[in-house]
Amino acid sequence: MSTATHKLIKGATGDWEMVIGLEVHAQVTSKSKLFSGASTEFGGEPNTHVSLVDAAMPGMLPVINEECVRQAVRTGLGLNAQINLRSVFDRKNYFYPDSPQGYQISQYKSPVVGEGEVTVELDGGKTATIGIERLHLEQDAAKLLHDQSPSMSFVDLNRSGVGLMEIVSKPDIRDAEQAKAYVTKLRSILRYLGTCDGDMEKGSLRADVNVSVRKPGGPLGTRCEIKNMNSINFIGQAIEYEARRQIEIIEDGGVIDQETRLYDPNKGETRSMRSKEEAHDYRYFPDPDLLPLEFSEAYVAALKAELPELPDQKKARFIAGFGLSAYDASVLVAERESADFYETVLAKLADQARDGKLAANWVINELFGRLNKEGQDITGSPVSAEQLAAIVDLIGDGTISGKIAKDLFEIVWQEGGDPRALVEARGMKQVTDLGAIEKVVDDIIAANPDKVEQAKAKPAAIQWFVGQVMKASGGKVDPKAVNVLLKTKLGI
Amino acid sequence: MTDLTSMTIAEARNGLAKKSFTSLELTDAHLAAIEAARSLNAFVLETPDRARAMARAIDAKIAKGEGGPLAGIPLGIKDLFATKDVRTTACSKILGDFVPPYESTVTSQLWRDGAVMLGKLNNDEFAMGSSNETSCFGPVVNPWRREGSNTTLVPGGSSGGSASAVAALLCMGATATDTGGSIRQPAAFTATVGVKPTYGRCSRWGIVAFASSLDQAGPIARTVRDSAILMRSMAGHDPKDTTSVNRAVPDYEAAIGKSVKGMKIGIPREYRLDGMPAEIEKLWSEGGAWLKAAGAELVEVSLPHTKYALPAYYIVAPAEASSNLARYDGVRYGLRVPGRSIGEMYENTRAEGFGAEVRRRVMIGTYVLSAGYYDAYYLRAQKVRTLIKKDFEDCFAKGVDAILTPATPSAAFGVGEKGADPVEMYLNDIFTVTVNMAGLPGIAVPAGKDAQGLPLGLQLIGRPFDEETLFSLGEVVEQAAGRFTPPRWW
Repeated sequence: MSTATHKLIKGATGDWEMVIGLEVHAQVTSKSKLFSGASTEFGGEPNTHVSLVDAAMPGMLPVINEECVRQAVRTGLGLNAQINLRSVFDRKNYFYPDSPQGYQISQYKSPVVGEGEVTVELDGGKTATIGIERLHLEQDAAKLLHDQSPSMSFVDLNRSGVGLMEIVSKPDIRDAEQAKAYVTKLRSILRYLGTCDGDMEKGSLRADVNVSVRKPGGPLGTRCEIKNMNSINFIGQAIEYEARRQIEIIEDGGVIDQETRLYDPNKGETRSMRSKEEAHDYRYFPDPDLLPLEFSEAYVAALKAELPELPDQKKARFIAGFGLSAYDASVLVAERESADFYETVLAKLADQARDGKLAANWVINELFGRLNKEGQDITGSPVSAEQLAAIVDLIGDGTISGKIAKDLFEIVWQEGGDPRALVEARGMKQVTDLGAIEKVVDDIIAANPDKVEQAKAKPAAIQWFVGQVMKASGGKVDPKAVNVLLKTKLGI
Repeated sequence: MTDLTSMTIAEARNGLAKKSFTSLELTDAHLAAIEAARSLNAFVLETPDRARAMARAIDAKIAKGEGGPLAGIPLGIKDLFATKDVRTTACSKILGDFVPPYESTVTSQLWRDGAVMLGKLNNDEFAMGSSNETSCFGPVVNPWRREGSNTTLVPGGSSGGSASAVAALLCMGATATDTGGSIRQPAAFTATVGVKPTYGRCSRWGIVAFASSLDQAGPIARTVRDSAILMRSMAGHDPKDTTSVNRAVPDYEAAIGKSVKGMKIGIPREYRLDGMPAEIEKLWSEGGAWLKAAGAELVEVSLPHTKYALPAYYIVAPAEASSNLARYDGVRYGLRVPGRSIGEMYENTRAEGFGAEVRRRVMIGTYVLSAGYYDAYYLRAQKVRTLIKKDFEDCFAKGVDAILTPATPSAAFGVGEKGADPVEMYLNDIFTVTVNMAGLPGIAVPAGKDAQGLPLGLQLIGRPFDEETLFSLGEVVEQAAGRFTPPRWW
């Protein structure tokens, strides 16, 4: 499906291609758990967000949380996916203390969301389309605490039963960059929809990565699954490592064992967790405690109508409406907060059509540049959208020059305040009265006859005069006007 | 005090209303009866203090004219129902001394309506059994004996404690559960009335699960009317159980005495088993004749997939059970037998905590759900189940109002008589499992005795949510057959 060229790995026997598929587990944004009323809040004291259902007490029954269903359907719509009006919850049976019921309620044969697709942005303005195989709802597991006692492990059931969306991609991903771009884009879509907070550090978004290698266009190789990745960078590193590991084995005449592996970010390598032989027989069967999940076409249509604008749509609107480059638009829409900031700047502008693009430049280059340098993010920006819009307005209407604007930005960043008032108070206004400049220009020409000769011989030397005038006026004159004036005076 | 324990619920209700006696007197009479009948092993936990406190509280309410439909009626509760602050074990060692901090929906509705809890009743471990011999508290004794014999008989199962206690006048009625016949078979073995309601009629919330798609709570009582009175309180929609149905609960008692004239009663040809005892055959014809005499019309019907029901049931029920019982792992509550690793702890706990029959079913269930066997067993059994359901639908579509069958293929048998071959035990459910597989309501009504003087019952199967017709028809059988009380020997 990939329309972009992708990275091949050079081996001893020639080029190798990676075939990658991802299973992303995204915690559903919802106040309560998938099948119980207990809170999903992160970071409570152990075992304080646990209902009788979550603890799997005898005779307890699950009841589907409709908000989680709504969120799953909205996510499916955001992924341009097929929404299944009837789906089924199954039990995935396994014994482990993180599974109090002895099974996880999941969706096996009939997921709530079917096939869809995601377009991802790659370096150099290229894009790739990654197919979505399915999205299903399932329960999160409990957390085991191994460091509380020398002889025992403890169980914290706070996460037990929290709703997850498992989003399975098709094996359309061909290199680490695409994989990273896919997770980045997926996360962005989820955050726009408000269906998952995307916080990978807290584990709200995790990915299992399936990697295999083959000769370009050849038959599929045996895959290994790298479990539980919670950083986009680690995903990239793990794929690179894993692909090279597999290539080395094959080129040495070995075969790849289908297995589950873990990535160790400290060593930068993957290691075997369990082999196919050790794989569980999950004995899936439809959960008899739950009726099939059914909803109407109208329900889906209503959710679709209320869907917020998603990154791809927003990007298209920014390009069409304000003449932004595809790259700039992508940068702005990548994070919901950045896009929101830019939208607020736009809303405050005196003339959106005139200054929309200028505003984008200022948000990306000045503001994001400065925030990056300071290690801050947009939500903590010392310069508000209103302040930035005012600065852009001042440039746009010719009150200040771009150069002065940078000084003004610095003042606002450091000291705050209303940019307009600051320009007035500190006399930063651009001099537009040519009569006032003329005197300065005449003085400089009179004092530097040698330079006049040079300029007449070589017109580029006029820049020296421009610099002198700007200096003499404290940067407050419009350099273009100075240029025109000088040319007239010098007769060039 | 014998007078007080031999009354029906309907009679006690009138007596309490007329203030002929108090609930405390009624409760005390039953507590005394329970104490005197410990040899029956019907109760696994007596709660006299709680019973008296509940009785006093309800007496105060009755005095103010505030009693509910079951005001002051002492009941026994099968140990499968979670009772708040009262030990609940499902008669399994693995639950140990588990005391739930919650009350099952069904029992909470009984207390809402003013009933009094006498204690917890014995049952087969996790309701798996047809003789009440798999209980970790030991078998329950049937108050009935063969004429001239001292042989100890089983009361049937899994609700053996409920049936025995009701028959022996230890409680006025009891809660029970039925997954494959666990209400109707013990009712038939003890000459009590047992109702297995339509799947979804009673909430399963707070009832220890055996096989979720088949389990249904229902009452065991001494008369059809009493069972109707209990049903009204037990039934109802519960948002905590997704499979419970949001449908108004009718006044079941109003169906008692309603004419059955013109009703079409199906007599399924496939229930006429080879080698069926002549007295069962006779009882069945007699039952038909009584209904006919009351104005009903008998029609022969066919339920062609009946013979596949039992094998399919013994795939579906263990499959669900193997998963439902996975939570008993020694981690959070109940028994824990330590081991050197988590795996060993699981193995030790479950090996020691579960009895042989439960282990057998967990293994069968695990097997039929395994990769490679799922399609051949579980999926096929589910298809059979659909066909069985369709058999009944076809039958009802032809205008049949209810179906009459024997409740069991024999009368009560002796303790230890059928232990060796599990299949022989499973055959007890032959007439009852189809009803669970199809999710239909069924009632077992005492209808006569065998040659040895042991009670036999008939089963009536109704349309979904048409328990009322079963109560009307059941009462016709009851009127014709009379009531049966075991002579007291204990």
